[in-house]
Amino acid sequence: MSQQEFRTGDTPLPDVVILTHKLTREYDMGSETVRALRGVSIQIRKNEYVAVMGPSGSGKSTLMNLVGCLDTPTSGEYWLNAQKVSDLADDDLARIRNKEIGFVFQTFNLLPRADALHNVELPLIYAGLGAKERRARAAQALQRVGLGDRMDHRPNELSGGQRQRVAIARALVNDPSILLADEPTGNLDSTTGLEIMGLFRELHNSGQTVVMVTHEQDIAAQAARVITLRDGVVATDQLQAA
Amino acid sequence: MHFFEAVRMALQTIRAQKLKSGFSLLGVFVGVASLIAAWGIANGVNRYMTEKFAQTLYGVNTFQVRRQPMFNANVPDSVWRAWRRRPRIRFSDAEAITSGLTVSVITAWQSSDQVTVAFANKEARDIELTAASERYFDIKNLRIEIGRPFTGEENRSGAPVAVLGEAVAKRLFSDRTPLGKSVRIGGVPYRVIGVVEHQGSILGFPLDRFVVVPALSPAQNLVNPPGILDAFLVKAHSDLEMREAMSEAEGIMRSRRHLRPQQDNNFVLDTSEGVQRFWAGISRILVTVIPGIVIVSLVIGGIVIMNIMLMAVAERTREIGLRKSLGARRADVLRQFLAESTTIATVGAVFGILAGIGLTFVINALSPLPASVSPTSIVLGVVMGGGVGVVAGVYPASRAARLDPITALRQE
Repeated sequence: MSQQEFRTGDTPLPDVVILTHKLTREYDMGSETVRALRGVSIQIRKNEYVAVMGPSGSGKSTLMNLVGCLDTPTSGEYWLNAQKVSDLADDDLARIRNKEIGFVFQTFNLLPRADALHNVELPLIYAGLGAKERRARAAQALQRVGLGDRMDHRPNELSGGQRQRVAIARALVNDPSILLADEPTGNLDSTTGLEIMGLFRELHNSGQTVVMVTHEQDIAAQAARVITLRDGVVATDQLQAA
Repeated sequence: MHFFEAVRMALQTIRAQKLKSGFSLLGVFVGVASLIAAWGIANGVNRYMTEKFAQTLYGVNTFQVRRQPMFNANVPDSVWRAWRRRPRIRFSDAEAITSGLTVSVITAWQSSDQVTVAFANKEARDIELTAASERYFDIKNLRIEIGRPFTGEENRSGAPVAVLGEAVAKRLFSDRTPLGKSVRIGGVPYRVIGVVEHQGSILGFPLDRFVVVPALSPAQNLVNPPGILDAFLVKAHSDLEMREAMSEAEGIMRSRRHLRPQQDNNFVLDTSEGVQRFWAGISRILVTVIPGIVIVSLVIGGIVIMNIMLMAVAERTREIGLRKSLGARRADVLRQFLAESTTIATVGAVFGILAGIGLTFVINALSPLPASVSPTSIVLGVVMGGGVGVVAGVYPASRAARLDPITALRQE
């Protein structure tokens, strides 16, 4: 994919949602330093559908954490929506996570004692919205993933696929810039997995930027672009025919 | 995140984990309940002491000229022996004060001791025999239920007539009327002319086991040597007049006893303030003991809550990680767990208050101790309960707030 060269001191182009520049992340493990990322530079444009692949230890989880603003890099730059977030403080990162990023986890991570509606409401609570508006928007998000009739069900009253739909609704409810999915089908059977992949495709078609970490080839095949990491650097970055 | 939102979440968690929350609020519950009940007892007894006890034993605006105070707490032996060496109050002292006072008052003589009162083959033992003058009933506010009190004439002539306390009348006569019957008081026959209204009891001591006879009647020998009084009672119309009468009485007594200006009184002018001082001594003990009990249970309650909250933080690490990934700031997580511990403690305090109020009523109904709930203690209970929750929640909540979202999310 042809990309304009980014140099330190530049600002990204307007339609670039994610830009990392020579991103490194090192972990201090007592005596030795583990270099999980050794300079990753990628650009992801609005409404791209990107799969990040790589064997375990390749640094894809570290990259996801950085892109998801759960972690800060050791060096390099990270720009999200034309805002440099690589040197933001804790609470500012929390705000970015709240407004710009929708997480979908392998294990769903729903609150077991709260019903679907309340689970979806959570990001809006931290956004400081009033109860009425929260409920309306959460209900809308649930309808969007096809769970309009399951709002008062608790996670243990829902199937695996339905739980992941609730999680996706939760990720979408704040209208994030990117939908960040970490092995979203890892805990689902293949049929349900396909359904969820269909949902991601639908969301992508309606304009959502999607970044998905996976190690399954056929899941990655759904994406328009596949970035492969190896030993903390980008090994391949290629578009593929849909 | 709004504070109300945090409390709502806390209530949800408490409802979801009823047993665990129940245990964690136990400490605060016990602490606050004991605070309310103990305070209620102190409060009730206090009111009783100041309003009723003092009036029953002394009468309103009344002072007594005595050899020594009626109530005394922790008096050393040396003081006690000094009191016993003082001259006693004599009839002549009483007469001198009566004629010397310029303030308008009513007065009575009083001497008492324990005797046995008998009628036919029935006996009432340990009855307080009071040899008094006729205004004694007015000063002590003893109302006559049936019959009449004795008159001034009967008092001066030393007529053998008696007014019985309600318990004595019941003991000797059951349901029959005692009026006109002859009872033996220390072997001397007396004619019953009246029975005093039911007085009840005070801190468990019955107040109806007494007999009043004229001060100059034959039984005076049973209570004191001739010409000697236990107390000379003076009742004025107001507190101010009582003070005035007291200083006049003091002057009269000092001059009768030839005391030089630098010498101390060798008699006392006893008022209900004396009883109240005596009670203040006891309530000081309560005031030091009660906070001890309350503080110990609140500290224990706080530790329990802190541990439960630490457990909750450990159990819900993943939830905390998730909330952070969804945009919860440190302050949000901190507030959530603080609200939880505070809500648990406050719910415990509320139950404690209800139990404490219940306990106070039970104590009031089933024991001789008067008890009444003090509004201050309720406010204090809520404040202290909630405070314990905040204090106990700070450490667990700050641990939760500091959790790294990545590590927290990865935790199984």
